[in-house]
Amino acid sequence: MSNMGYYEDRVRNFDWSIAENELEYKDGDVINIGWYCTDRICEIGKADKMALIWEGHGDMQKTYTFDELRIATNTIGAFLREIGIENGDRVCLFMDKIPELYIGFLGALKIGAIAQPLFSAFGDESLHVRLDNAETKAIITQKGHVSKVRKILDQMPYVKHIIIVDYDGRKPLREREIAFSMDKAERVENLEIFPSKAETPSVLHYTSGTTGQPKGVKHVHYSIISQYLTTKWVLDLLDDDIYWCTADPGWVTGTSYGIIGPWSLGATQCVLDTGFSAESWYKFIEKHRVTVWYSAPTAIRSLMRAGDEVVKQHDLSSLRHLASVGEPLNAEAVIWSEKVFGKPFQDNYWQTETGSIMISNYPGMKVKPGSMGKPFPGITATVLNPKTYEPWEESGKIGLIAFKPGWPAMLRTYWRNEQTFKTKFKNGWYISGDRARIDKDGYFWFVGRDDDVINTGGHLVSPFEVESALLEHEAVAESAVVAKPDEINMEVVKAFVHLNPGYEASPELELKIMNFIRKKLSPLAMPQEIEYVDSLPKTRSGKIMRRLLHAKEWGEEIGDTSTLEDDE
Amino acid sequence: MEDMKDILLEYVIEEYLEDEDEEITYDTPLISGGIVDSFSMVSLKRFVENKYKISIPDDKATPEAFDTVESIVELVKKYIN
Repeated sequence: MSNMGYYEDRVRNFDWSIAENELEYKDGDVINIGWYCTDRICEIGKADKMALIWEGHGDMQKTYTFDELRIATNTIGAFLREIGIENGDRVCLFMDKIPELYIGFLGALKIGAIAQPLFSAFGDESLHVRLDNAETKAIITQKGHVSKVRKILDQMPYVKHIIIVDYDGRKPLREREIAFSMDKAERVENLEIFPSKAETPSVLHYTSGTTGQPKGVKHVHYSIISQYLTTKWVLDLLDDDIYWCTADPGWVTGTSYGIIGPWSLGATQCVLDTGFSAESWYKFIEKHRVTVWYSAPTAIRSLMRAGDEVVKQHDLSSLRHLASVGEPLNAEAVIWSEKVFGKPFQDNYWQTETGSIMISNYPGMKVKPGSMGKPFPGITATVLNPKTYEPWEESGKIGLIAFKPGWPAMLRTYWRNEQTFKTKFKNGWYISGDRARIDKDGYFWFVGRDDDVINTGGHLVSPFEVESALLEHEAVAESAVVAKPDEINMEVVKAFVHLNPGYEASPELELKIMNFIRKKLSPLAMPQEIEYVDSLPKTRSGKIMRRLLHAKEWGEEIGDTSTLEDDE
Repeated sequence: MEDMKDILLEYVIEEYLEDEDEEITYDTPLISGGIVDSFSMVSLKRFVENKYKISIPDDKATPEAFDTVESIVELVKKYIN
């Protein structure tokens, strides 16, 4: 029997107090995620249990028991406090998946600071716009990434400290930089934990939206209630499991289910901080006897492409439960995983804004390959008629995925952007921005985004952000950015570009523009293809009709073009 | 082929290496070593295609084939000939 038990029973008898009781939390108590993930686990007798098994490049390995994790998070928390970080200050974590990222995240929470993880592959402009919005006070980073921070430092007077965790002394530190070595710092056995309450801000994750400005999704310490229970029931973690979440904590899956969920349960987790290869991933599972594996469709499809032979070269018999999130998991991938691993990857659905899993397949429940599954107990989910914002009454109708507000991990606002936050609610529903249909058995089936935002490899990219950055390239006069279908990543970025006079279309220029965006924004935002055009389709009022270009890429009907500036 | 190796190595250092102190060689793992991610690999592929006037089919442009300067050179050689 799984942790979830019978889905229908759980739905009937559900209350979030199940998680509150298991975490021994009562309304009004202090609730600090950092403490729950470390000190509490030690207090319940698991101090010597392995918390983290980390592997990096060149077979480097580090391990931390829960007691070592407790002390390490105390140590970095004390350091942050010593340099003047106070509760409510934003502390950015801009690192690869090294132990300091996980430890720094919890250390910041322990002192009441707001953790702001940012994907380490972000270029300087992506980094700047997010730090600027948050007015971040400290950045914890590595020497490999500090050059991007230095490039924009003059524009960020609010950044008081840049903490480099692997400083080797070869070159002098620059303005506002401080070295901090986890291995050399004096261990802090006892740290005064900030007495955060349920609604105290905890994490600020950035997501791309329908404007050029990324949105800072504000979460609170009470989110742990959802994250704990969804980890327990959806990922089905048991005390002797070895868990591997492949997500990067620069994104929400990597924090909700790569830090908070598993460690609030006292689970042992593994982290592999190397680039992707099928061989290294299977080797990692075999070596550490991974039992529960939470990954993403892009990775699963890449593994499929690598073939079945490489699977057979490894003993993967330890795997007992597989789950996936990020974008819809196609039926072929579910069937393939059943064939090669002996069990299907079970898809689930949620967003940065929801903070925790909302719709899912569950252990023991029938999997319909290609479906997102059913709402988590306690979550009221539906699809709405996009015109009336009322739930469709009949099954099979495509509409907007929406949730009744009020689950513990729901975003509380967008940082300094309350106006956009308010637009996410219509008729008493939180509107996800995604479309789906519900079949007669209550399973949700993903259809697509309801806006122009591009979902590439499970990450959202704003076409507007890419278009703005393209305009900064000297050769580009005008551009339109859309999603292009991709076998592995579901969608990738494609740009239609009209060049300035004096520039000639060429493959070399295409590569220059691609690299320009990669460095400025991120590899995810880099157009994988650039098509040169003489003009872009526009409405008579001058607005670029992105949907025409999108339809062309996807082989869809173009629809009404009556407002086109030039139909020819 | 030494030339090709040097050209590729220089390009990788110039375009993808963020840590100026990091040293890489012809057999440093680029993809599995986290220097070039799978999205950026597309731009590296485009570079070799432009440079050597070749077209590498997507199913041959695997993370393994692009994992080191050595392996990229081997791949490019197949299409030059």
